[in-house]
Amino acid sequence: MSGELVERVTTNLPALQIALPLLTAAVCMVIRRARAAWALAMVVAWTSFASAGAILAWVWRHGDISYAEGGWQAPFGIELHIDLLNALVLLVVTGICAIVLTASPKSFDQEIWREHHAKVYALYLLCMTGLAGMTVTGDAFNVFVFLEISSLSSYALISQGTTRRALTSSIQYLVMGTLGGTFILLGIGMIYMVTGTLNMADMAVQLGAVGPNRTVLVALACIGIGIAIKLALFPLHIWLPNAYTYAPAIVTAFLAATSTKVAYYLLVRFIFSIFGAPLAFGALRLDAVLMPLAIAAMFAGSFVAIFQDNLKRMLAYSSVAQIGYMVLGLSLVSVSGLTGGLVHLFNHALMKSGLFLVMAAVLLRTGSVRIEAMAGLGRRMPWTMAAFVVAGLSMIGVPLTVGFVSKWYLVMGAIQAGLWPVAVLILLSSLLALIYIWRVIEVAYFREPPEDAPEVTEAPISLLGPIWVLAGATVFFGIFTSLSVGTASAAARMLLGVGQ
Amino acid sequence: MFEGGLYPYWIFIFLMMTGLYVVISRDNLIKKIIGLNIFQVSVIMFYIAMGKVHGGTAPIEAAGITVYSNPLPHVLMLTAIVVGVATSAVALSLVVRINEAYGTIEEDELREIEREEDAE
Amino acid sequence: MSVETAVGLAVLLPFAGILLIALLGRWPNLRETASLATGASTFAVVAGVILPVVQMGGRPRLDLVAVLPGLDLAFEVEPLGMLFALVASGLWIVTTIYSIGYMRGHHEEHQTRFYICFALAISGALGVAFAANVFTLFVFYEAITLSTYPLVTHHGTEAAKKAGRVYLGILMGTSVAFLLFALVWTYLAAGTTEFRPGGILAGRVEGWHLMVLLALYAFGTGKAALMPFHRWLPAAMVAPTPVSALLHAVAVVKAGVFTVLKIIIYVFGIDLLATTDASRWLCWVAAFTILAASIIALTKDNLKARLAYSTVSQLSYIVLGGALATTAGVMGGGMHIAMHALGKITLFFCAGAIMVGAHKTKISEIDGLGRRMPFTFGAFFLGSLSVIGLPPMGGSWSKWYLILGTIEADQLAMMVVLMVSSLLSIGYLMPVVGRAFFRPSPEDDEHGGSPRGGIHEAPFLCVLPPVLTGIGCVVAFFYADDIYELLMGIVAR
Repeated sequence: MSGELVERVTTNLPALQIALPLLTAAVCMVIRRARAAWALAMVVAWTSFASAGAILAWVWRHGDISYAEGGWQAPFGIELHIDLLNALVLLVVTGICAIVLTASPKSFDQEIWREHHAKVYALYLLCMTGLAGMTVTGDAFNVFVFLEISSLSSYALISQGTTRRALTSSIQYLVMGTLGGTFILLGIGMIYMVTGTLNMADMAVQLGAVGPNRTVLVALACIGIGIAIKLALFPLHIWLPNAYTYAPAIVTAFLAATSTKVAYYLLVRFIFSIFGAPLAFGALRLDAVLMPLAIAAMFAGSFVAIFQDNLKRMLAYSSVAQIGYMVLGLSLVSVSGLTGGLVHLFNHALMKSGLFLVMAAVLLRTGSVRIEAMAGLGRRMPWTMAAFVVAGLSMIGVPLTVGFVSKWYLVMGAIQAGLWPVAVLILLSSLLALIYIWRVIEVAYFREPPEDAPEVTEAPISLLGPIWVLAGATVFFGIFTSLSVGTASAAARMLLGVGQ
Repeated sequence: MFEGGLYPYWIFIFLMMTGLYVVISRDNLIKKIIGLNIFQVSVIMFYIAMGKVHGGTAPIEAAGITVYSNPLPHVLMLTAIVVGVATSAVALSLVVRINEAYGTIEEDELREIEREEDAE
Repeated sequence: MSVETAVGLAVLLPFAGILLIALLGRWPNLRETASLATGASTFAVVAGVILPVVQMGGRPRLDLVAVLPGLDLAFEVEPLGMLFALVASGLWIVTTIYSIGYMRGHHEEHQTRFYICFALAISGALGVAFAANVFTLFVFYEAITLSTYPLVTHHGTEAAKKAGRVYLGILMGTSVAFLLFALVWTYLAAGTTEFRPGGILAGRVEGWHLMVLLALYAFGTGKAALMPFHRWLPAAMVAPTPVSALLHAVAVVKAGVFTVLKIIIYVFGIDLLATTDASRWLCWVAAFTILAASIIALTKDNLKARLAYSTVSQLSYIVLGGALATTAGVMGGGMHIAMHALGKITLFFCAGAIMVGAHKTKISEIDGLGRRMPFTFGAFFLGSLSVIGLPPMGGSWSKWYLILGTIEADQLAMMVVLMVSSLLSIGYLMPVVGRAFFRPSPEDDEHGGSPRGGIHEAPFLCVLPPVLTGIGCVVAFFYADDIYELLMGIVAR
């Protein structure tokens, strides 16, 4: 009896992932008190995370979950479909959401007017709805709808930054993001024209029957470009540095670890599940396009990061490079490569949100995120900087951290594909990460603060706690990898149609 | 689908390229938003065009009629129009704020101001 | 306790020590006692519990966790690792005594951080010594790099920071670009990275691929200071002398050459290298390093710099021993790990004692100092003899086996290289002793040639350790047989 209850609840949870944050966002709009809105958002975020965990556990044991919205069966109704791939992504998104939200109150106090907090939390929850919706849905047009929900709320969130640059960054992101979303819409329309269905599973079947006709190839190209813009794949990454730099620190921590990850998930889903690897890599030769772009991203991003004095901008360019790693994994079209890309999705979310939360703490205490402001912080904010060192070592790829795990699979995938030079390039770009991370560590631990620097104390627990949860996770999941690697490789195998 | 050839698709491509061109080439933010709207409208046109079925009537069930036009693209485009409206609203409100903060809505002037800010 | 637990304990004891040291940081004497206690107990576990088992032929194994499918974190003790562990943990005790004298005599700051990082580095060295596979070795290898960085940059000055950049840049650069590549390649070729007698690559990697893989391992192990990746060693001399002594005479550099030897023996296999001649090029690279570094050492006036280049040269002795791919060569290389460690640590201790006691760093300034610091320079003399390779010092045995190895491998050019290098080492070490004892000091000249004021030694705790290790070099001469017996376990199975 209880087994049946668990089944009934768990198979309905996907709908809850969308409904709960959406409705709560509406409620937050009418709440006045900042902390009350935060508390409500916390309840929702952590509940969503717990439910994502339950979903993943269920999918591991019993296989895919299918939920028909409104009782209308697929392929006519909208279906929510969860397999190992989106269960993993959902876990990452909701987890980051919840952890970053926990750190938000003091940071928002510094950057956003108190009266607006409730509305910002509403936007945060809306963004979470959009991201979760994109992840769980099994319907292509639904993807577009949730994409736009998350995009619009992120434009608004980014514009909440303290300087007026936040406004121009937001509109730059808006223009590019809307172009991207519209390209995706166009691609979906073309697929609909050819197959007559919007359900992802059905599309896969129909496209298989149609084969590589020109409309299908153009559809894939349009969707690819659209997603590439949202993913900030070089050279369509222009919006990212400004958006991450000038948004409020918490918003950056949240978006850096979620929005590009979900875009990557979409790319994987469309290429492997819907269009299929033979069409995407055989007829359209996407790997020949994506691999050079990915490698260019890895080097350009890391190289430019070295010269940045604004540390949020440095981490933003670093993200561009890391996205390159993920796409490189995809373009290898092998189990190792795709596992590397997916596991890097998980790992990078942990590392980057941790690093950006450290920046939030530094901003809170010193009022600046420029590298000069870090002088002497090794002694004055020891725990915060220690977390930076841990997450930084993970970015470099020191073994027993998550960064190493991603690099391992990517290098292995490259060597297995016979692409020795690519393997060397992956390793060389990690050394670039060593340079920009160590630059910060040197200033924090070797330079003395100037005479007139204000008194600085350690970050508050509300920030330090989440920072250390994330930093600790970068080590924990670097040693006990069965969750991330196990799920990623099982998903990769499923996507490539390879047996266990 | 259409009698008379593929001209709807030519119109759609023309609109799409116009919209894209306006977004890229015009510095005035309002014009960019207009361009964005034209771009989005072109895709709406694309969907509507594919919905028409040769010899089909309006999709309201009636006795004796066997061929209907496809209502689904229209439904999808209602959503897309709403998305377009929301996007324009957010964009226009950002433009109002930018005007208040910078005193201009020309992108080249904005870039100049920001470059001077960075140089300090 | 079971010997498996002992293995884990040996690596973890330094960690327990770290906690104690951190807690007792405010009471220097208690803190130092904690360091000594940790060192003594670690050595006791290594020598008392693990050594007897290994000497009997046992290979205790401890599996920790499977990090990735095929990549396990595991320990397995074999003779070479046993020797390295003994050397590292034993000399740690001596160095702690020395550090107490030096750090206090020199009024150094951040002493708690110093002792903590030291413990971390030793733990890393033991992890390398006991690693059961290349992955575990890689993990602890990187741990050593990271934990020694704060030690190298201890003084916090601009010079220290620059030296730290060279140190980290070369060591992490080579380990990420080359060693990690080699690790992935090995895993893909052999399906595992486990160390096995006879190697795991036979039949899996052929022809010139084998040479490239060996090159990746050899140059990827930056700590072995093969030229051209040796620059970090002289750069690290900016650190306080106890750091130079233990880490750059013992733990860090020996971890490097130990890695090279272990990979040659247990990943490639001596037989595979001998039959395919895949390591012949490495002999030449090692030979070049031996000679070039010795010649550079001759030109250095700064005592620590001269000793640093001497270390670069001596390390390549061990690499050469492995590259010869014969039993005697490997024996010589392994034995040299211990002998050179004893000899070099003596020399560095003396260099530090000279700095603390007489405030001199240059060889041109030490004329006549030997008469005022007879114990220090006496120990220096003993250490020099061992490094040069003359009986009755331990270093002579390792040199003997290396020369035997060149004969076994039919590489007489290498024998010439070793001989020439001994001559060169006489050239750069003996003048130090000679000037100290036989030249009149500048101050003595004013007093008619006799030492002024008698003996003016460095602090007791700075002089005792080098004297101990210097005598240890002589003792090692007589215990060489036991070391040989232990190392024979590598080829016996």
